[in-house]
Parts: sequence; structure tokens; C-alpha cells
Amino acid sequence: MPKDIATRTFKQVGTRPLRPDGIEKVTGRARFGADFSLPGMLVGKILRSPHAHARILRIDTSAAAALPGVKAIVTAKDFPEADDGLHDIRMNVMAREKALYDGHAVAAVAAVSAAVAREALRLIRVDYEVLPHVTDVDEAMKPTAPILHPHMVTAHESPEAKRPTNVAGKYEFGHGDPEAGFRKADHVVARTFKVEAAHQGYIEPHACVANITSDGQGDLWCCTQGHFMVRAISAGLNGMDLSKLRVTASEIGGGFGGKTTVYIEPVAVALSRKAGKPVKIVMTRDEVFRATGPTHSASIDVKIGATKDGRITGAFAELRYQGGAFPGSLADMGAMAAFACYDLENVRSIGWDVVTNRPKLAAYRAPSAPAVCFAVESVIDELARKMGMDPIDFRLKNAAREGTLSSYGPTYQAIGLEATLRALKAHPHYKAPLKPGQGRGVACGFWFNFGGQTCTSLNIGLDGTVALSVGTPDIGGSRASMCLMAAEELGIPYDKVRCIVADTASLGYNDVTDGSRVTFSSGLATITAARNAIKVMCARAAAIWGIPEDAVEWVDGHARPTGPNAGNFPPLSLADIAAQSHQTGGPIAGHCEVTAEGAGVSFGAHLADVEVDRETGAVKVLRYTVAQDAGKAVHPAYVEGQYQGGAVQGIGWALNEEYVYGKDGRLQNPGFLDYRIPVCSDLPMIDTLILEIPNPGHPYGVRGVGETPIVPPMATIANAIASATGVRMTHVPMSPPRVLKALSEA
Amino acid sequence: MRYEAPSTVAAAAALLAEPGARALAGGSDLLVQMKSGLAEPEIIVDLKRIAALNGIRETAEGFTIGAAVSGAALREAKALRAAWPGLIDGSKLIGSTQIQGRATIAGNLCNASPAADSVPAMAACGAVAIVTGPKGSRTVPVEDIPTGPGKTSLQKGELVEAIRLPKPAPRTGSAYLRFTPRTEMDIAVASVGIALTLDEGGTVTAAKVVLGAVGPKIIIPEAAARALIGTKADAAALDALAAACSAAATPIDDKRGTREFRQKVVGVLARRAAEKAIERAKGK
Amino acid sequence: MALHVKTTVNGDSAEFLCEPDETLLDALRDRLGLTGTKEGCGTGDCGACSVVLDGRLVCSCLVLAAEAEGRSVHTVEGMAKGEELTTLQRKFLEHAALQCGVCTPGFLVAAEALLNRNPDPTEEQVRYWLAGNLCRCTGYDKIVRAVLDTAREMREHAHA
Repeated sequence: MPKDIATRTFKQVGTRPLRPDGIEKVTGRARFGADFSLPGMLVGKILRSPHAHARILRIDTSAAAALPGVKAIVTAKDFPEADDGLHDIRMNVMAREKALYDGHAVAAVAAVSAAVAREALRLIRVDYEVLPHVTDVDEAMKPTAPILHPHMVTAHESPEAKRPTNVAGKYEFGHGDPEAGFRKADHVVARTFKVEAAHQGYIEPHACVANITSDGQGDLWCCTQGHFMVRAISAGLNGMDLSKLRVTASEIGGGFGGKTTVYIEPVAVALSRKAGKPVKIVMTRDEVFRATGPTHSASIDVKIGATKDGRITGAFAELRYQGGAFPGSLADMGAMAAFACYDLENVRSIGWDVVTNRPKLAAYRAPSAPAVCFAVESVIDELARKMGMDPIDFRLKNAAREGTLSSYGPTYQAIGLEATLRALKAHPHYKAPLKPGQGRGVACGFWFNFGGQTCTSLNIGLDGTVALSVGTPDIGGSRASMCLMAAEELGIPYDKVRCIVADTASLGYNDVTDGSRVTFSSGLATITAARNAIKVMCARAAAIWGIPEDAVEWVDGHARPTGPNAGNFPPLSLADIAAQSHQTGGPIAGHCEVTAEGAGVSFGAHLADVEVDRETGAVKVLRYTVAQDAGKAVHPAYVEGQYQGGAVQGIGWALNEEYVYGKDGRLQNPGFLDYRIPVCSDLPMIDTLILEIPNPGHPYGVRGVGETPIVPPMATIANAIASATGVRMTHVPMSPPRVLKALSEA
Repeated sequence: MRYEAPSTVAAAAALLAEPGARALAGGSDLLVQMKSGLAEPEIIVDLKRIAALNGIRETAEGFTIGAAVSGAALREAKALRAAWPGLIDGSKLIGSTQIQGRATIAGNLCNASPAADSVPAMAACGAVAIVTGPKGSRTVPVEDIPTGPGKTSLQKGELVEAIRLPKPAPRTGSAYLRFTPRTEMDIAVASVGIALTLDEGGTVTAAKVVLGAVGPKIIIPEAAARALIGTKADAAALDALAAACSAAATPIDDKRGTREFRQKVVGVLARRAAEKAIERAKGK
Repeated sequence: MALHVKTTVNGDSAEFLCEPDETLLDALRDRLGLTGTKEGCGTGDCGACSVVLDGRLVCSCLVLAAEAEGRSVHTVEGMAKGEELTTLQRKFLEHAALQCGVCTPGFLVAAEALLNRNPDPTEEQVRYWLAGNLCRCTGYDKIVRAVLDTAREMREHAHA
């Protein structure tokens, strides 16, 4: 662990300056995906399957092509198959032999106006052969289920399993012998849970403008969490060299993982090239729900046993996750996350990856963890109640800590789980009195957090101000944090640094903004780039003074001799050195290309008070507190914002959010009216406790924080409902009809 | 498609008689339907430039609310709110603050959604619609306007010019409650509008109970009103009221609620709405 | 057949051609280039398109562009005066009441409309007034604090 983390006093990191993109955003000047236009731009629209599962026999675009004002039409023919690892995404972007879900893209047009484009879609004739469909995960695993992919067999199964199936994979993790553990237990609780699918619910629909010339080069503007990923896939699907497609990330109106893949971008590129004009595609809200990536839906069995003194002796979980029409439901990650909070001798988790006729899953904030945490933390709570133990004490007795062998493999370094649990226990919320009909629940959760490929570039202007380019789109205020870290490292004021998100032509590859990785990875790369620039500046000072380079050190924004023996020179500020840079060797910059490793896991624990209306099943959240380990909170206000925002998303999923499918396999609630995310009046203030147990893998101890907050809320609310009513909810969302039914059956 | 903004009721009626003509007041239903393809009007007849439709008039006989009056404006009408708080309970629940800036109770009525918020409230308060068309004007109790989901008894070329409410009898209280999963922004899963009148001793002498969102249109169960009339709305009467409402409801299963849930909850709402109406009747 | 609409936007006269079924939101963004007002849903469920029309807070996605004739429209672009942000805009920044910022214009217009009619709202009144504005990033906590703090500061200045 870098020796200075624990003792370092930060001057800028940890403060709350205003964000650099703030004024643009409060005056409406910031440009999001749909806010960009080019002269001569066409409007692109996509035709989508109204069937959950259907063979596409024929697509006749002739009438549409003849409509005045239509300038280009594309179908799967325009995205020829290639052996490039993009098979599934190619098929999701534009259906090939089959439409695999209600909303699957089948064709697209570019026309001179939205009205003409809509009319053109009406004129495209698609002959479908409707097939039986399946949307439920347990149904899809049955041998009698309609099969989506005739060549799919279950990976990791024995080679004899050649029967086509919807089960794409099976994953197992754990150690020890849970069965033996259950035999040793005094109390065992086993339950089965169901979690419905949710959507990230970002307020900004996907939007992009492509401007491609017939020689296969051009520009793409889009809202995305990863413009390098967009370049890779859009260029790949269109047979373009990476260097020929420059992608610029606009300001992004929410992503939460849902914008870490492509939908419309390769289509816009294809249309623009064919039409010889820029093409803009903006998704409608209906399209966002039907045809972008929600979470999995799941059915989960959990069994946990403990001795009467509160030690867990055995833990088992089996997760069945459906991830839509293609493999990748993240059942493996769910199985890994299931028992990550606990120090267990005997633990096993199994994850099944299943496909169904639903849109292909995309990540949503700690994807895979909220559902399994709901299940595990509910059983933990039930066990604690059975044994008459305080729910926090029970967790503390079994909590993972530094040195614990995790259930998914690695041994933990310093982690913050116990600290968050103790912080909650000590918080006034924990002791506040409750009225009849009210209950209190607690749950903990975690997320792995990731590092990944990251490049940054830091350039020192002649006036001593700094231009910092990063390659990770800013989805939560990270530019401010980058400026803080650069300013901290360089020893200059925060407002002398400006951070932008550069386009794909300006930096090396950056993995998408996900895995809570930006403050960690781009931060680490920024700090490294700053240190590299400092090396250059020290060398320049050394040259100016005529002393060896290793006789110069950087302190408080100045180069100075390391000691009186090195020379008696007054320190040179960054601005001094910059002003002379053209005379001392030219432009001064630092850059960093790294695959960041050492991302620290982030543990959190939540506490909620609810009031349950026993006559209607309505659950009101009265009070909510989030405690989470941030490692080092670079900008505390934005860390609080992540805790609050993630918690509220979890509360929404806990109480009301779900994808509702009809018997026809069509999505019934593709809009904000009936896909019910929390509104302002649904909630109280969300209290936050930031704990800081430094991550040894980052120069400042930073841990990613953005994802863990969504993991505990469903269980926290379920446990609060149990406390208020004595009833254990096993189906999320715990909407009023489900709660009322559970109350009446109790 | 044409957009017209006539300045008289007669001109509006004439336009509405044309094929494919739709009336536009607040637009919070019509525009949503146009975007989803459910409505494809040939002519949109904007009623908001007709001066006569834009105000609330109070006379000795009651209140006349022009068809173009928004929910927000309705809420600001102090005298109306004092007389018929139940009506305002219903109208102010239609959508968000932004929707309130536009939505009208006349439009809410004519859209004929089974879950419309203002309709049970209006019906309970004894509202009537002034319907004007090529053959002149007629007065229709609001409960006779919707005939089924999305369907009304209006003839081609007719529009609702105004909603009229009587002056309430002394010791009259009204209330509207609905159940929604969130605190705002949802379509009612079940709802109840009640108006009742007490005598000096606190006995219910008149009552009208109207159920919403539990059938293809509102339901006015006689048994529910009978459960209250002649009683002091004690626990037994309220239980009987709730049971009568649950029994009269004919709800469906859909993405907003189950049949079983709606049946139970409409009874609960009836009791709570009655309690609120009683409080208001007593002047609290 | 295109309609010619003459209206007032943020105090300035504005005119545009539009289709009869075009919304005010479309006209603001595509005809007048005022992209501050956002489309989040197109059906009046999210409030990102909030504007004030003749003094009333409305969703511009549910107003026909033609209806703006002779009326006055106020959008987020009309709030700041040159370099000077309104107190509300400043408080949003100070309280970190925005993360991605796409819902922010709608919230600012809606909150300003609230404070214009009620300079001393309770937390509950703020929450219910803003229920038509969806935010997915913040969980609303810092937004509500920013609005309440704005009200407090504006009342102090009114008394000073």
C-alpha cells in the first residue's frame, strides 16, 4: 500500500468545488445526444418486430424506396456476417433470420423528415411466420420450451448434451461442503425468490448523428458510456477501419450501464453512407423500453444455516437468470456476488444463463447483484429473526474482512464492510422510535468494481493552465474529480485545470465507463499523467538551473532543489516553467496508457424505515440511510449523489418497477406511465455516511462507488416490511397487490 | 391534417361535424393518442380561443365551468373549492403539475377512460354537462356521457361546452380518493367519489357513491348509498358501505392491478372517502 | 400544409413554420434551435420538456406548436440574464443537484414556477409540485434541498 495514503493530507481532493460543466447544464446549453445537428441532415427511423418470436420470411422495401424523400434503406443484408466476434451484437442491431423479441429491429430508413420516415416504415412489408415464444426464465429452461437458437447447447455441460436448449451456460463457485455445514446448523432457512426485470430508466433516449462519406470515413456523435466501444462495433459492423471513424461522446443524460453497448449507431452509420448525407436517429421512449437492454429477470433459491450462537455454517444459492434473446445474463457474476459479504467455510453458488424472447440484457448498475442480494439478505434477515439476534450483529459476526477468503475466489485486502455496519448501528436512525405499522430493515451489499484499459493526456499551456483529456464519458461528474486529482498532484488551483472527454481520434483505447471505474481508472491514469508531466518539468528546471535531474523535487506546485547542496535556487512554479517551455525543449505534456488493476471492492449497508398500509399493501419509505466505503471520496458531494441515486433506483425496483409481458409476449408497459420509477413525492431525504477505508490499489485510495448503492435496497425494504408486518416478501417488485396478497395469506 | 382555432361555439360545432374532427382542450389525452397512432384526426378543433369556454361563473344556482378551464385554474377557484372539495380532489389528481396546467375536466370526461379521476368526483357532486351541437344545447348528467372505454354518448358535431354544478345543500361534504402505487403520476387502480349531506343531528340524509376504475365506466351502486342514508356513518354503516362497493365492482386484471386487489381496495377507499366527506360536512 | 406561427419566447418575438401536428417541443428544438428543453418521453410523463406557457407550467410535448400563436413561452434559456445566473440555478450547482443534467432544465423551469407562486413551500409541497419531473440520477434529495435553500435565500433578500 503506497505509504503515504493513510497519512497524506489532501489539499483539493475531498473538497466540493463546482463542476466544470455546471453552467452549461443549468442554462440548457450543454449538448446531449439529440441536441446536435448537421446541415442537410436526414431523419433515420427503425422498423421493429411486433412479434416476440417470428421467422422473417421476406422483407419488401420497394414501396418505401419509391416514396419521395426516402434516401436510404438498410436491412440485415447491409451488415454481412463476418468472423469477428460480433455475431450476437450484429444480430441484435438488425434481425437476421428471426425476430427474437417484441421490438427487435428489422429494417431502417433515412428520409428528409420524420413524417416521411414514418410513412416509409409503414410501406415496408415484412412477411413473418409467428413462432411460439417464451418470456419466463423457469419456463424457458423446460425441455418443452420454444427454442430461440437451434445451435445453442449449454456451455460447461458435458459434451453429450447436444440437444438444443435455451440454457446457454452453467457456472459454479464456492468452497467447502455446504451440506455438511447445514447438518451442523441449529437453524436453517431455505426460500425461493423471484425478481422481475427492470430498466435503467435514463431520462435521455439514445440518439446519434452519423456523417459518413462514400469512401468509408466519417464522424459519429452519440450519447454513450463508451465511444471507443461504439467505434469498434460501428466500424466493425460496417466494414470500416477503426481510424476512419471518429466518434465523439456528447453529454449523456444517464446510462447506468444501459449505454455501454450499441443499438442505433451502426444503423445510422450504414444509412449515412448509403444516403451520402448525415443521418440522425433518436429513439422514442417506447423503443427504449422495448428494444434496449433491461436487466435479467430471475428466480433464485437460497439456503443458509447457522449455529445458535450466530455463526453461519453453510450457504447455498442457485440462480436462474434470463438475459433476453442472447447469452450473457450475468448469472456467473450473480453467483460470484451472492455471498461476497460473508466469511464462510462452506459455500456454493450456481448460476444458470438462460435466453428468452425478450430484449438483450444490458448492464444496470452492479448488474446481477441486486437480485441475488435481495434473496440472500432476506434469508440472512429471516435467520437473524429466528435466532432472536440483532440483524446487524448477526452480519457483523459473519462479515468478510481483510484476509477473508471470498466465496468467489480472491482473498480480501482491507475492506469496509464492518465499518459500514458499525456506522449504521451507531447512527441515530437505528434507535429512532417506530410507530405501529412501521418497521425497520437493514441489508448489506457489494460490488467488484473494475479497472480496465484507460488513456489520458495532460497538456500544460504556456500560461501554466492545464488541459486534461480523458477517454471515459462523464456520467456522474467525474470531470470535476479528474480536475481535483490533477490539481492535487500538480499542486495548482482546481480552476487552472480543464478536463474534457476527447474523441476517439485523440487518445488510445478506453474501455467503457462502467464498473464504477472512472474515478479509479481515469483518476489513476490522470495522476500518472500528471506525475509524468512533473518529471518533465523537473527536468526543465534542472536544465534551467544547470543541476542534475535527480536533484530536483516537486512540492506544492513548484520545482525546487532537493536540498541546499543541490543549489540555492528559488522554486520555479508550474506557470514559470510553462512560460519558458518553448525555450527549454518545447511543449510539456504527460500521458498514460494503462490497463488499470487494483480496483477496490466497495461494500455498503442500508437502513430503511417503512410504513405498510395493511388495507391496501402500499409501502411508504419514511427514512433511509446509506453507509458505504468510498476508499477516498474525491468529491464528497458527488459520492453522496451516487449513494442517493443508486439507493433510489433500488427502492424503485423494490416497490414498483418491472417489465410486464402479455400472453402474446409483447411488452405491456413501455413508457414512464406504467413503468413506474420513483417520483419526488415518493421519497424522503436519503441520508449518507461516507466511510473511507483506502484501497491499496489506487494512489489516493479511491474505490469505485457508483454501483454498490443499488445492491442492498430491495432486501432492505423487504426486511423492513417483514419487521412491520411479520410477512416475508419473496417477489420483487413488492408492489401493493403482492404485499396485500401476502398479508392476506399470512 | 388541419388545425383550426375557432372563436365561437357554433363554429366549433360546425367543424366538429366534419369527418375526422377531434376537439382539443388540454390535449393531454389527444396528443398522446395521436403519437401512439390511436387517434389520427383529419381536423383538430382547438376550443381554447373561445372566450365563453374559458371561465368559471358562479350564480345563485351553482357553478358553470367552461370546457377550456384547466385543472390548475379550477384549483384556484376558491368558492368552488369550498363548495365541492370532492370535485377538486378528483380534478387535481389528473397527472402532474404540468398536466394540470392543461388538462380539463370536460376533456377528462369525454376521453371516457374508466379510470378518469374527475369523473367519479363530478358524478358524486351531481355535475351535469352542457352539450352543444348542430341541433342546439342539452343538459346531460355526467354519468351518462361515457358509455364504455373511450366511448361517449355524444353525437357527431357535439361538444361539451361546460360542466355545471349545483350549489351544495347545507352540511354537504364531498371527497374523492384513489389508489395508485406511487404517490403521483399514476392512473387510478381503483377510486371512489362520494358526496353526502347530513341533517343537524349528524344523520346522513342523502348520499351518492361513485366507483371508478373498477368497470368499463363508473359504477353508482345504489346499495352503497343506502348503506349510509339514515345512519350516522358509524363503523357498521361504513363496513356495509365498503362491502357494497366491493360487491358492485366489476374490475379486470391488467398491468395496473389485479381483479382481487381492486375489489378489496375499492371498499377500503369508499370507507376512507366517506370519513373524509363526513368531516367536511361537519365543517372540520 | 405548413402553419406560420408568431409567438414570444423568453421575451423575444419569434416566428416559425410548422406542421399542424408538430409539438411546441419540436418547434422550440428544431425550428428555433432552443435545445435546452428536452424530450424524455413525448407523452407528458417525465417533465423534461417543461416550459411555462402564458404563465402556466406545462409539458411542451403535449402542446401543439400552433397553439403558441400570440402566446408567450418561457424556457430554461430565458432564466439567466447574460452572465448572471438566477439564485435557483446557482443553488442547483452549489448543492450538486444535478448529475447527468438532462432533467435539470425541466426541474429549473418547474421549480421557478413553484417559487413564483409560493415563496415559502414546505418540503412536502416542493416534492408534490415536482412529482411530474423525473430524475433518475439524484434520488431527488439534493434537488429538493436546492429548491428549499433558494426559497430561503430569496425570502431573506426580500426582507433585506
